[in-house]
Amino acid sequence: MTTVITETGPTEIGGAEASGDDLWLPAADLPAATGWSLRDEGFCRGDVCVPLPPRREEELVRGDAVNAAAFWRHLGGPTLHDAAGDVWMLGEPAASRAAALAALQAPDFTLPDLEGKSHALREYRGRKVLLVSWASW
Amino acid sequence: MDLPVWQTLYEELGDRGFTVLAVAMDSREDAARPHIDAAKPTYPCLIDRDHHVAELYNMVNVPQAVWIDEAGRIVRPTETAGVTEGFRKMDRTTFQMPEEEVARGEGARATYLAAIRDWVARGPASEFAFGDADARAHVELPTDQVARANASFRLGQFLMRSGNEAEGRSFLDEAIRLRPESWNFWRQSADPSLMGLAAGPEFWQRVDALGDERYYAPVDMKGMPE
Repeated sequence: MTTVITETGPTEIGGAEASGDDLWLPAADLPAATGWSLRDEGFCRGDVCVPLPPRREEELVRGDAVNAAAFWRHLGGPTLHDAAGDVWMLGEPAASRAAALAALQAPDFTLPDLEGKSHALREYRGRKVLLVSWASW
Repeated sequence: MDLPVWQTLYEELGDRGFTVLAVAMDSREDAARPHIDAAKPTYPCLIDRDHHVAELYNMVNVPQAVWIDEAGRIVRPTETAGVTEGFRKMDRTTFQMPEEEVARGEGARATYLAAIRDWVARGPASEFAFGDADARAHVELPTDQVARANASFRLGQFLMRSGNEAEGRSFLDEAIRLRPESWNFWRQSADPSLMGLAAGPEFWQRVDALGDERYYAPVDMKGMPE
């Protein structure tokens, strides 16, 4: 099993093949692992589609397999993996983080409290929120 | 510790459409527990082991805060939340601070809390709530290097939790190297057996290495002591 971590958390994928900085996933597993799927238009997530870059199709798609890491780098996101190629991190691109902040719409998140109860920022719509960080030291 | 301060503020303003969301930048949730148990906060105290909020809001230290209005709009982006650098002038054996630094610190806290009260009372009419253009001008946008540092941190945390301590640690070190200004990252590299690392030699060494650079970024707020 290969673990693919994205913003939404880790996903276990069977039948993945890691080679160097490339991570080939069964195309059918791409949505579960990354939220993106391969369609006729290219790679799509919701209404957004990114066409396959010309002349780079070989690098990204082979039969029923997709090079998720190369695709992710094409999106502008950092890709990292452990030495064994068993755990992959597909990080959010700086540009998407920057766009969200520049739009001034507070990015939503869900986190647990000590009792394990989940809290989402959006539950506090209608109130003014002081979102403040702290640490135990 | 900040939690009791926010508790007092929440008790004062909680029934006026205001809440505090405190987010602990602690990779080990056990570390936050005694502080939460002691402060008994009635506002939500969240645990952010992966520093997801820090990534979303481009935070590097604590306490940093963001003001978010009723519609979910950012009216003050990430900034230092009412503290000064006075601790740098602390006597490192007695932990005593010079009187003028204590006063400056109290002034910063009072100024920051007064600004929040004004915002809660007057909403967008408060001089402390930025309009869109001003808010945008105060946002610090993440770079590709920051995105890579965040990914390294997250992968490192995952590997360490999975029992791959050595490799996890190397990704944490890489995150710190890519983003030296993140005290949040560096703090997680502390040996869990070291109690009170804040007063330890490694911390002071790193603070001293800042030289004339700031530990807390200055805040653009009327009346805020430097």
